[in-house]
Amino acid sequence: MSSVPETLPTVGTRQAVGALLRKDLLVELRTLEAAPGMALFAVSTFVVFHFALNRNSLEGDLAAGVLWVTLLFAAILGVNRLFVADAEQGGIDGFLLAPVDRGAMLLAKATTLLAYLVVLELVAVPAFALLLAGAAVGHELGGLVAVLALADLGIAAIGVLVAALAVRTRARDLIGPLLALPLLVPVAIGAARASAPLLAAGHGGRWLGLLALYDLVFGLIAYAVFDFLLED
Amino acid sequence: MAPAVRLEGLTRRYGEREALDGVSLTLARGHTLVVFGPNGAGKSTLLRVLATLLRPQEGRVEVLGHGLPGEAWAVRGQVGLLGHEPLLYRELSARENLRLHARLHGVPEERVEELLRALEIADRGDEPLRGLSRGTVQRVAVARAVLHDPPLLLLDEPYANLDPAAVSLVAPLIGAGEPAGGGGDGGGRGGGDGLENEGPRARARTRGAPLTRVICSHDPARGLAEADVVLGLRAGRVALLANARDTDPQAIGELYR
Repeated sequence: MSSVPETLPTVGTRQAVGALLRKDLLVELRTLEAAPGMALFAVSTFVVFHFALNRNSLEGDLAAGVLWVTLLFAAILGVNRLFVADAEQGGIDGFLLAPVDRGAMLLAKATTLLAYLVVLELVAVPAFALLLAGAAVGHELGGLVAVLALADLGIAAIGVLVAALAVRTRARDLIGPLLALPLLVPVAIGAARASAPLLAAGHGGRWLGLLALYDLVFGLIAYAVFDFLLED
Repeated sequence: MAPAVRLEGLTRRYGEREALDGVSLTLARGHTLVVFGPNGAGKSTLLRVLATLLRPQEGRVEVLGHGLPGEAWAVRGQVGLLGHEPLLYRELSARENLRLHARLHGVPEERVEELLRALEIADRGDEPLRGLSRGTVQRVAVARAVLHDPPLLLLDEPYANLDPAAVSLVAPLIGAGEPAGGGGDGGGRGGGDGLENEGPRARARTRGAPLTRVICSHDPARGLAEADVVLGLRAGRVALLANARDTDPQAIGELYR
């Protein structure tokens, strides 16, 4: 007898997200195409800033600007790779044939991008501290982690939206950054302004609020339009 | 019971080019439609529309009693698509790919092992697909298409890249070699309840429903042997639509001239 029952159970979104997330992480572990490239890019950029500015220590607005512009461009690399394996190997079609909520892919991809960003920041923030920020990072590490977390949520929501839009186009490597950068400017501004006082021993609570609001708005937009981006 | 497929004036364009132009037909449940036609005739587009992956732009499309694209959600999970692309991840193994699809379809994981054994790839089931031959990958793709025992199979040249031994493993899983037109409620082309495993070869299963198939082929002899109904497409238009019994192989050859 078949092991498939006559009536298959409804597949819950959580189960589908788990299956897709596991697949994404396995593919990344075996190809190492996204997260290592993002981290390497960030460290290389800090090295360039270190020598170009000819300074061992930055603080305040300048430190925050260098940190967030670098993280933003590194994140774009991950956004560009987010759907590549799915688009090139038919994974999107395979997913669309399954009787599951299309939002499962949105959540799985956003979580995958969040994982890439965490790996990036685990490498990039210590490198930033070593090459450019000196002891300033260590003093307000908790605050900086909160800013990083809120900014990552915004980057993940916008990144998935843009990646899903770009992946169906022929010039996806160009379209992705062109769409993502303007949308990510408020994240960069909010994150930089919120971290500047932390890197100069001050406070940036108002900017944390702006970041959180932006995350919420783009999270909702991504959820609302994702089905239309994936399907024909 | 509504037919498995009903098309009335189906039209689908890619830019200015009409890939399908006013295609109309009805296919009863439990029957096999074999589609012939030269490259670019619209065969693959037809399969993608029936699989809910492409929206019809004009005309009416019903699959398993559900209108498309409005009720596409009700069709998904009841269709197995085997296209030109295997829809599998090269970096994952056969087992990992099939487990992913099993989870997305709510299918128990034992089914993955059943199919790996039936297709004689269990011993290579943990190797990444990028290291496997095209024939082996095609076997995995067949397993993916039939994993959830869909009542409607959409098959684009299902025997591509397969050697004769592999064909003999794959054919029963996709309902080949069964009496033509063997539909009927609960019957299916496999006969009985459509769920049994008869003898050493695993057979097509459809969760109790009759198995309907739409197959794209360039092989008139094999295609006619499997068909109940023959459709010939040329430049997206219906050039031939007839019962397989009444179809002269030469008429199929004319489609390619």
